[in-house]
Amino acid sequence: MEKLGPGSVIDGFTLGPLLHRGGMASLYEVTHPNWPDLPMLMKLPKLSSGEDPAAIVSFEMELMIMPRLTGPHVPRCIATKGFEATPYIVMERIEGASLLPLLKQLPLPIEQVAEIGHGAAEALDDLHRQHVVHLDIKPSNILRRANGAVVLADFGLAHHAKLPDLMQEEFRLPYGTAPYMAPEQVMGVRGDPRSDIFALGVLLYFFTTGERPFGDPQSLRGLKRRIWRDPAPPIALRPDCPAWLQEIILRCLEVAPARRYPNAAQLAFDLTHQDQVALTARAAKRQRDGWAAVLRRRFNPEAQPVFRLPSAAQRQQSQAPIIAVAIDLHEAESGMAQNLRDAVRRILPSLPGARLACLHVQKTSLIGLDEDTDKAGRNLHALAIAGLKHWAQPLGLPEESTTFHVLEAVSVASAILEYAAENRVDHILLAARPPSARRRWLGSVSAEVAEKTECSVTVVRPRRAARDST
Amino acid sequence: MRFAILADIHANRQALDSCLAHLGGQRIDRIIFLGDMLGYGADPHWVLDQMRGHIARGMADALLGNHEEAVLSAKPSGMNTAAEAAIAWQRSRLAEDERAFIASLPMMIAHEGVEFVHADPAAPARWTYVTDAEVAAQSLKGAKAAITFCGHVHRPALYAANGNGKAIAFRPPANEPVPLLASRRWLAVLGAVGQPRDGNAAACYGILDTATAECTWQRVAYDVEAAAAAIRAAGLPDSLATRLMRGE
Repeated sequence: MEKLGPGSVIDGFTLGPLLHRGGMASLYEVTHPNWPDLPMLMKLPKLSSGEDPAAIVSFEMELMIMPRLTGPHVPRCIATKGFEATPYIVMERIEGASLLPLLKQLPLPIEQVAEIGHGAAEALDDLHRQHVVHLDIKPSNILRRANGAVVLADFGLAHHAKLPDLMQEEFRLPYGTAPYMAPEQVMGVRGDPRSDIFALGVLLYFFTTGERPFGDPQSLRGLKRRIWRDPAPPIALRPDCPAWLQEIILRCLEVAPARRYPNAAQLAFDLTHQDQVALTARAAKRQRDGWAAVLRRRFNPEAQPVFRLPSAAQRQQSQAPIIAVAIDLHEAESGMAQNLRDAVRRILPSLPGARLACLHVQKTSLIGLDEDTDKAGRNLHALAIAGLKHWAQPLGLPEESTTFHVLEAVSVASAILEYAAENRVDHILLAARPPSARRRWLGSVSAEVAEKTECSVTVVRPRRAARDST
Repeated sequence: MRFAILADIHANRQALDSCLAHLGGQRIDRIIFLGDMLGYGADPHWVLDQMRGHIARGMADALLGNHEEAVLSAKPSGMNTAAEAAIAWQRSRLAEDERAFIASLPMMIAHEGVEFVHADPAAPARWTYVTDAEVAAQSLKGAKAAITFCGHVHRPALYAANGNGKAIAFRPPANEPVPLLASRRWLAVLGAVGQPRDGNAAACYGILDTATAECTWQRVAYDVEAAAAAIRAAGLPDSLATRLMRGE
């Protein structure tokens, strides 16, 4: 094969400058007359013998996975060519930088950590919904577009549930990036989306404290240490780390995947509802576990975790949806509120891991508020939260999976729609009155929500009384 | 070119009928009947008529399976009692021209560099069941083509071998194209049209697109009750009817 370099033309793509030469592939800027305005790059795998054998396998995985990905959180795939000729992948070139340069500025302000984490969690949620686990989440693989949107790059170690996993059984040692690898990945289990949540937890810990929670081990033995040795809690390294952030980070870093967030959407939710993160013993932790506990975890066979790919039932659980229930507190005493509560009671048991966001929309006028009404507004807000809690109280819901929100808006339906879109809500429940002439005239909130949202909607109505037959 | 590959029809008229109706909408250029059209089911004549019709129109090929071999042979097949009962029942009913057609079928065929065989490309007449990655690795060593299709196992599977001959196993999803990369050697095991055994009663057939090098394991719902009723009406063992309902 002739040597490729700037000026070479492959299938109409003209190679520009070399952008990056890595261990497994080279990246060139490319142009093509069919895409005059799109910045593109071409990835060429290293094929010569003596190179890392994983280079070819990981390129094969990308060849299969990249053309199947869509959406704003992955680079758009333009063209691929397999090993029948000169193999390459041409993709959109993301103009923004990766998170790598931020390592020089660690630790970052808390709000910046939360914002980065939220963007990455949303991107992961999008990826996981496309049946892909990234398995190499780290600062250099998280890019940001000019508009701030997070883009995940490099799918060479990724696992696609609907494609053959060529990395499986290929190598004796687990592949990944040592500081970020989840315990189950270290033990050779590929394909659990919660492995990415662990890696993101490592990143958040690193960005918060300036230190990696498990260091950068160079041996398999060193990698396995994270299974039994807990990291110092972030607050021990950074005293101003808020309890909610420590709770989130340590939940991501749980050794057992089942104790982490069930999915990235719920992680994103917590990162944007900081005041509603349910604090557990994780948040209160001030130092690493004592040696007795650590030794037991290390040497007691019964304490050794067993990692398996999630079963079909557990995968169902990982869908752990976010459910929003819209309660009209003005009707709190009515049968409607009761019906809605009954509907939640029926639905929740079938959705393990689900979290419930209870919403009330406070109508505001279009006119700006002065200070007095603002004070009154805040009072109204607190009353509404209390009202929501009162409504939910008979349900006996676990604190860590229930949140309460008062939205202020001119239009009730738009407020619900906007909330659902921003928070990746999977299912909206709301009550509706029986049809009447007045509602037909005014239009109904439930109809507008059901029509305009992208998620599922359940409209709860009272059971009809039997009619007299005539 | 787009191929529809139908394995293990097993004289199940209802299943074949539904698959043919489905593939009619899939822009298929050629049909490969991958062996075991006979055995187990109640409608051998209708199934053979369909196949011969497609072959006569130049749109299809058919291969020999172990159930055809058993029907042609005078000796007991060594199969279990229920299977043997169906073979004997069909053997006694086949017309001379049907026997001649079956006897003319080849063991293997190739199109566009892709090989088709009923059981095992390494030794087609041995009727080996490719049930795991180890067996598949041996099969792939004996296969001539980079992509080989087989049936015989009645459970969908895909095996990929790397340069060292080591194979990995994959359970293909239903109805979604799976790419078969040129850098690997592939053995695609189709599910059965007429007697699925993977717990899903729906018929399964394969669609291969050689332009995109993608294969789809297509599932098609069919009238299982009618196929089971036909088996009972023919006086064949009840177990052959009930296993269709459960897909086992």
